[in-house]
Amino acid sequence: MAGLLHQILSGLASGGIYASVALALVMIYQATHHVNFAQGEMATFSTFIALALIHAGLPYWIAFFATVVISFAIGVAIERLLLRPMADAPVLSSVGVFIGLLLIFNACSGWFFGYTIKRFPSPFEGSGGHGGFLGGYVSPHELGSTAVTLVMLLGVYLFFRHTRLGLAMRAAAYNPVSSRLVGIRVGWMLALGWGLAAAIGAVAGMMIAPIVFLDPNMMGGILLYAFAAALLGGIANPLGAVIGGFAVGIIENVGGAYIVGPELKLTLALAVIAAVLVIKPSGLLGRTVVGRV
Amino acid sequence: MPTLLEARALRATYGAGEVLHGIDFVVDDGGVTALLGANGAGKTTTLRAICGMVQTVGEITFGGARIDGLATEEIVRRGIAHVPDGRGTFMELSVEENLRLGAYTRRDRSIGADIERVFGYFPRLRERLPQQAGTLSGGEQQMLAIARALLSRPRLLLLDEPSFGLAPLVVREIFAIMGRIRETDGMSILVVEQSASLALALADRAYLLETGRIAIAGPAAEIGRDEQVRRAYLGY
Repeated sequence: MAGLLHQILSGLASGGIYASVALALVMIYQATHHVNFAQGEMATFSTFIALALIHAGLPYWIAFFATVVISFAIGVAIERLLLRPMADAPVLSSVGVFIGLLLIFNACSGWFFGYTIKRFPSPFEGSGGHGGFLGGYVSPHELGSTAVTLVMLLGVYLFFRHTRLGLAMRAAAYNPVSSRLVGIRVGWMLALGWGLAAAIGAVAGMMIAPIVFLDPNMMGGILLYAFAAALLGGIANPLGAVIGGFAVGIIENVGGAYIVGPELKLTLALAVIAAVLVIKPSGLLGRTVVGRV
Repeated sequence: MPTLLEARALRATYGAGEVLHGIDFVVDDGGVTALLGANGAGKTTTLRAICGMVQTVGEITFGGARIDGLATEEIVRRGIAHVPDGRGTFMELSVEENLRLGAYTRRDRSIGADIERVFGYFPRLRERLPQQAGTLSGGEQQMLAIARALLSRPRLLLLDEPSFGLAPLVVREIFAIMGRIRETDGMSILVVEQSASLALALADRAYLLETGRIAIAGPAAEIGRDEQVRRAYLGY
């Protein structure tokens, strides 16, 4: 019983990471109807930037926020320079660009920062405090990273619900033609969406790196879990993606411990994807899209 | 009346097909101009051309400055509000969010007061405020679209077939409100309509489009008396 509780709690901790990456995927998907396959590699690259800043002597939290800002800028730049010219391109061309981006970021991470596996510091593991919380079930890093993730998700929610810019970004995603007619600069809203998604990914990368260690392929598996989470919640529903993230985290940890074993955990993500596509393709909170012909 | 908007030798194309073959028209400041014509005559395309939503050749001036070739959002920011065909409702958002988006280009503090003011024209929208806009009836969506357009405080309102798909009673209600908007706000309006009689009753000036060319132009009252127009578009 204690073991199960432990698995659920650490499932929630990694679920927060999946929820963040899934949210980033869904944000881009809603605005462009494309899945950004490079989302994970972009986050890995951001995490390497954070490590470089920390090694350069910056305090952790300053490096953290600097990385978020830099990642945001990279996201905006990618949309402006690479995807803007692709706006009217066929789907397959866009998929090609996303896969290209994945390879470029993966290669750049290795080229600039090396392929060896690196330790990434956690701001929540003090020198003395290895006791853990809730009777040792949750490590300080799991608790801290879950808190950071929840604060970020709440911030994103408040931004989209209660600010003028957030409303304009949602409007631009739902209905670009009408958005232009009320004076919204739709192109810039897409770029901001990319920036925001990249920043969210960066936070997820920095929070997961102390657990899985940092190397250029760090986010490969995580992107798969996040994709399963986004599908489970409904690919066009941000709240669904977040709920799906936590659900996939629990499924992964509990299933890994009791059913398939830790080596085959990643297959659970594929099982979730397959199950959603067969049983309920629109996801738990998604709407079935009906097209009039 | 001074001229607010003028188009000269305006051509518009979708891909390879030319829809407007060089038309000239003016919209008076403070007046209502009606654009009449059958399906496929190019009425909607004319409004889209003004807003830079289709490829155009020719000259469009608004308030004395050229606007042809500008991006849609920049044209809108200069004071043209376009109620498109299909109404352009943000279906997934609430009525209140739709109204706030109408005022998106404004940064002044009187937006709340302005929303109250448009409730004067469309009291039913007040009851629907938290509701998802996609659940409104067709007539309510048309009202929401006009209200959204008014909230940008435009100098020119473009209306694309406000009567489309609505019951006759609702159509009369909406045209009555448009008359009030014109009188109270002194709003300049360019309205596209298939039901010519309603539009002519509201308008000062009218143009009749036929397959991308202007067939007849003149004061609305005169056009309403024109034998050819009456037989073809008014049915009496």
